[in-house]
Amino acid sequence: MVLELTTEEKEMLKGKHGKATRKAMEIITTLGEIYDAKRLIPVSSVQIAGVSYDNLGEAGLEYLSEMAEDGQTRVLTTLNPAGMDMLEWEKHGISPDFAEKQQRVVDAFERMGVVTTCTCTPYLIGNLPHYGEHIAWAESSAVCFANSVVGAFTNREGGPSALAAALTGRTAEYGLHLEENRKAQVKYEVQAELKDTDDFGLLGQIIGNRTGKTIPYITGISKASTEELKSFSASVATYGGVAIFHMEGITPNRTTIPDKTEIVTDDDLKAARTQLDDEGAEIDFISVGCPHASIKEIAQIAEMLDGKNVTEGKTVWITTAKPTKDLAVKMGYYDKIEKSGAFLVADACCAVAPLKGRFKGLMTDSAKACFYARGKNKFKTEIRTVEECIKEAIS
Amino acid sequence: MQGRKIFRGKVTGEALVTGDDISFYGGCDPETGEIVEKGHHLEGKSVSGKVLVFPSGKGSTVGSYVLYALRKAGKAPLAIVNKVMDPVVAVGCIISEIPAIDQIEIDKIETGQKIEVDADNGVITIIED
Repeated sequence: MVLELTTEEKEMLKGKHGKATRKAMEIITTLGEIYDAKRLIPVSSVQIAGVSYDNLGEAGLEYLSEMAEDGQTRVLTTLNPAGMDMLEWEKHGISPDFAEKQQRVVDAFERMGVVTTCTCTPYLIGNLPHYGEHIAWAESSAVCFANSVVGAFTNREGGPSALAAALTGRTAEYGLHLEENRKAQVKYEVQAELKDTDDFGLLGQIIGNRTGKTIPYITGISKASTEELKSFSASVATYGGVAIFHMEGITPNRTTIPDKTEIVTDDDLKAARTQLDDEGAEIDFISVGCPHASIKEIAQIAEMLDGKNVTEGKTVWITTAKPTKDLAVKMGYYDKIEKSGAFLVADACCAVAPLKGRFKGLMTDSAKACFYARGKNKFKTEIRTVEECIKEAIS
Repeated sequence: MQGRKIFRGKVTGEALVTGDDISFYGGCDPETGEIVEKGHHLEGKSVSGKVLVFPSGKGSTVGSYVLYALRKAGKAPLAIVNKVMDPVVAVGCIISEIPAIDQIEIDKIETGQKIEVDADNGVITIIED
């Protein structure tokens, strides 16, 4: 099969639009050829991952600096979390050396015209596609949310391929950009009772583990909040390779309903919780906001922490996007949280900040955060409701 | 052997062949080019300057940046030959300008052979055994 290019796309490939655009077009067309795409399609929104210096390293920074020499985004492009709060990093125990390098990463993106928001929930702060819109997003949780909850069309991009889409305004038409690849393959009947964000995270863990890359059709959930769906999206993408799911009565995509059915019970939920609760976890770190906390969640946490004090020896990070933090400042939530001794951390999260070895045990409401805390940072973990997490912080 | 061009270039060099997939992120030292994945068939060997022949890539998308780091450190493979190209390796080859070909029956190549990789035409030729 031959990938057909428009005149403008051919020009980009020849270097008429500069070095960075040429490299970007090489990435897009090569991926198109590998996946037998017939053509490229315009995208209207991009989310880039690979922002934390802790993951990128010096080579990643060099690549971005080189692309920033003449690369410019063509569509709305936002950024994944960085390794630190870009303003208040010092009080969170980040070293000046790391901060300097992290700043250079974000600066390189900014030179290319990227809106340097640094959040895994771009859909909460103004990068919100609509149903049926073709986009190119990295960040597995946001990819899953955009495809499933919003009904936009995106593959699971990596950092460089998302940047390439931003600089060309194109992606190759394959995978989840094609309607026929978005149909459900296995039905999951949820009999378990789901009460909070942590339960939705555990459900994501169960379905992710069972389903791998096959697309789930989930029944039995009568209602779910945006926060619960963001928790589920993050977890199902972390524990499986899921980039799209269907939830009966909740998600908007059309699909055929698979015959093959699996059941998820309260016992499964309990077993999943046991898996994430490490024995003898000594909790000295509490973090809520993976994916980034919404203003609603921050308001609730501020109320719980109002007039209370975080226990000596415990560190509390509530992580969110910078625009949400600004709103929290305006509403007085920031003061309530920070006066208690907890931190409202913007731009970063407990999964991508350089925290390895800093803590022994993490308590969180996020199944995804548990995964990275264990693998990358070598913490023990416990998963609880947000309310229980805050109680642990002030007990 | 006829395969498919992934990234352009024409080089001749010594083959380093493995039947194991490679994860560059976490599996290959970005400064030395040494394979560091525990239990990997090439563990302890360096990919630097070799025509690296392996079935496919695996693992994190950050792997693309590891190939770029190897290029910057002068430790990149001379070329990459795969059975099935994985997008992480493909993107890594493009950003690091490493000639690459896939759809090659790699079990016909042996470590130590001198081979020519003509990525522009997607052709591999064994020059010397």
